[in-house]
Amino acid sequence: MSTPTLDKSSGHSEALDAAEAAAGHLITVTMRIRRFNPEVSDAVEWVDYQFPIDPKERVLDALHKIKWELDGTLTFRRSCAHGICGSDAMRINGRNRLACKTLIKDLNPEKPITVEPIKGLTVLKDLIVDMDPFFQAYRDVMPFLITKGNEPTRERLQSAEDRERFDDTTKCILCAACTSSCPVFWNDGQYFGPAAIVNAHRFIFDSRDEGGEQRLEILNDKDGVWRCRTTFNCTDACPRGIEVTKAIQEVKRALITRRF
Amino acid sequence: MSTDSVELSSSSASFSPENPAPFIEAPRARTKRTPRATRTNFELYGWLFMRLSGVVLVVLVLGHLLIQLVLDGGVTKVGFAFVAGRWASPFWQGWDLVMLWLAMLHGGNGLRTVINDYAEQANTRFWLKTLLFTATAFTIVLGTLVIFTFDPNIR
Repeated sequence: MSTPTLDKSSGHSEALDAAEAAAGHLITVTMRIRRFNPEVSDAVEWVDYQFPIDPKERVLDALHKIKWELDGTLTFRRSCAHGICGSDAMRINGRNRLACKTLIKDLNPEKPITVEPIKGLTVLKDLIVDMDPFFQAYRDVMPFLITKGNEPTRERLQSAEDRERFDDTTKCILCAACTSSCPVFWNDGQYFGPAAIVNAHRFIFDSRDEGGEQRLEILNDKDGVWRCRTTFNCTDACPRGIEVTKAIQEVKRALITRRF
Repeated sequence: MSTDSVELSSSSASFSPENPAPFIEAPRARTKRTPRATRTNFELYGWLFMRLSGVVLVVLVLGHLLIQLVLDGGVTKVGFAFVAGRWASPFWQGWDLVMLWLAMLHGGNGLRTVINDYAEQANTRFWLKTLLFTATAFTIVLGTLVIFTFDPNIR
């Protein structure tokens, strides 16, 4: 079955079109996007959009071009557009990435570039998924400082080494690229998923925090770290380069050394 | 501009903003109330058991295969007399007993993990695990019984 092609050049002024054509660095890409609109149909469809673009632009720019100039019905999340807010995680050419951190030229633009919503979460429309179960898992590991006794009158001091211990897991932007790349999570949403464990790790190994015991107890349960199959999909998917699987293994080790 | 598109699956129902199509829900999504905490160390011990029993099984199973299939004329020597001769010694009784228990529990726990990973419906999970538990328990009991009650003079 052939996928529909949607090529359109209106929306530009002719002078702008001429200027763009004169710029020889543009290439023609085909964006193949998985679309779903429950208000129109219960069917999922792949729609192709073909247009010229600078290969040094990002996938997010291509999506903007589609939404602003070709087809305004395309729906996706993005906020800061610079890899910090974690809104635009999507499955691009079969891998979870941030659309705002992926350049067209790095994706082999000779072939159609496929864009899908991240897996394992309910698709609400086009590239937008229901993030509630993801954030529920995040809340369930209590991602906040827990201390006992009176508050100190000055800041809670920490040595550089103690800070270094959990530095990697402070980088998480909660984009869900790791959790939605996890094959265990795809089939069983009850599993905490890598992102929640990373954010628990950030406090478990913080010398200022005193709630580590509680968090370890939570992750020791049947849907906690023991369901991790160390497939490293999460580490590959993380747009921040966090060693997610390593963090999960460190929590496992902490649980075992606590017990024995 | 034409937006004709090919639908991958068709439906006769017409959907509108007032009557939207149902979502395809992700399997077993987490909610505020699930999963309930069990507060046991079962999964921790299960995880440790898999690693430790795996190491022991490498020795037991490879040794078993070597004795049965390679050494002393290979598989042709294996018969009633060979088994009877081996089980006369408590050492080989112990070897086979430990191998039986570890292999069954290791494999059973592995399959339990597979069921947890792949079965979506609560009912399917329950019945698959019941079947698995029954089969594992039956094999372990039967095997243990045979090892200890084996009578070489049976006719």
